[in-house]
Amino acid sequence: MDDFLLRALLGGLGVALAAGPLGAFIVWRRMAYFGDTLAHSGLLGVMLGTVLGVNPGLGVIATCLAVALALVLLQRQRWLATDTLLGILAHTTLSLGLVVLALLETVRVDLVGYLFGDILAISTTDLYWIWGGAGLALGVLVWLWRPLLAATVHEELAQVEGVAVFPVRLAFMLLIAIVIAVAMKVVGILLITSLLIIPAAAARRFARSPEGMAILASLLGCAAVGLGLWASLRWDTPAGPSVVVAATSLFALGSAIPAHARR
Amino acid sequence: MPAEPLLVVDNIGFAIRGNPILQDVSLRVTGGEIVALIGPNGAGKSTLVRIVLGLLRPDRGRIWLKPGLRVGYTPQRLAMDDTLPLTVRRFITLGTPAPRDRVRAALAEVGAAQVLDSPVQAISGGELQRVLLARALLREPDLLVLDEPIQGVDLNGQYELYDLIGGLRRRRGCGILMVSHELHLVMAATDHVICLNRHVCCSGHPDHVTRDPAYLSLFGLDGARSLAIYHHHHNHHHDLHGTVVVEETDAHG
Repeated sequence: MDDFLLRALLGGLGVALAAGPLGAFIVWRRMAYFGDTLAHSGLLGVMLGTVLGVNPGLGVIATCLAVALALVLLQRQRWLATDTLLGILAHTTLSLGLVVLALLETVRVDLVGYLFGDILAISTTDLYWIWGGAGLALGVLVWLWRPLLAATVHEELAQVEGVAVFPVRLAFMLLIAIVIAVAMKVVGILLITSLLIIPAAAARRFARSPEGMAILASLLGCAAVGLGLWASLRWDTPAGPSVVVAATSLFALGSAIPAHARR
Repeated sequence: MPAEPLLVVDNIGFAIRGNPILQDVSLRVTGGEIVALIGPNGAGKSTLVRIVLGLLRPDRGRIWLKPGLRVGYTPQRLAMDDTLPLTVRRFITLGTPAPRDRVRAALAEVGAAQVLDSPVQAISGGELQRVLLARALLREPDLLVLDEPIQGVDLNGQYELYDLIGGLRRRRGCGILMVSHELHLVMAATDHVICLNRHVCCSGHPDHVTRDPAYLSLFGLDGARSLAIYHHHHNHHHDLHGTVVVEETDAHG
């Protein structure tokens, strides 16, 4: 196997491993559109990172957190429904990213790569970032598992029982931001949500416990990365979108299997 | 009652954007006592419960909890997503880690041992209320706060649940603060009723409260008929927004 292919595969697997359990929580908490909104702000994060001369990944994480915080503040006002607020934030931040990109005449950026991923261009340095970020996200998620699950089931009940709900929620948003930052290279900001949600949704029918669903989501995500890369080579299709199509194919395949596993 | 209180709510007030939700509300719960909070929709019952639980901070007034008080809470609803594969046993141990035997014993105490390994989404409304109670009981609570514990339960199930709650109080001696819509059952099963409509309209022993004009005007004769019909002087009534309107003078007493 060529080096660039091996790096692509390793990078994709790292992202898929972390995206599975985190995606399960996003599905359980009905936060798919929230994740999508944070992902949309990723481009702005890259631009800010570039302008300020820091690592683009850190720019992405900081921007995602700022957007999450802005959402919390706007929700408190109760002017508009959450999905409206998310729509405003998602598209404003994406547009701001594009505007800033146009203003930075000296910077040459592969826009399509940021939007749809450039998995075949993953460098060794990228791999360190991906596996470092994914490992950190998974570690924190394991550490937070019980309180986060309790707050997901019923936030106020968990709070009465002693869970520090607000810090847990903030930490969860930080994890989403980290995974978005590391997944950008693989599937691009417009497709990141799919890598979080589709494997988790596919895992649901076969899972009997939250942990089982999280692990299965990771494995299905890894399978989608492998299949997508293979299909991308075989038919010369774009790699990131091919991974997403592969994930959806697995989801469809799973849905077609007769369901005697239920209840 | 001579027992020392578990919970004292002292003249609290709460408003959302200048809109008063609760005004000068006081109540206390002692060990072994069942206090019911009744009132129409929008009366501030849930807000009061959330203040008692420390989920909201009142604008005015004070909340006192007995030092070291353990509170068990059953929420009104459980809006858990269907995609979360969770058995009743896992659900219960999310609150308090406990071995299978203890979870089964807690479920048996509330008459729901049969759902131990069922998915939470697959049990009935009555079973869910019992499961919520079991989760609260595993905490060995001194005070149980039950928000609409009979919601989504059929009539027979409602009687059973009130029996169960009465039995818990006798066996465990814990205090119980309970929110309810269902007047008849509340009246039969409680020691002290607080009739809330943003302020405390009336309170006391069920026999006393059901004869109180504030209670009659709040729930109308339909709600009160089977319990007691008693006419005397109204010192206020409620307009369409639930605001208190004080009667001008006693032209006819």
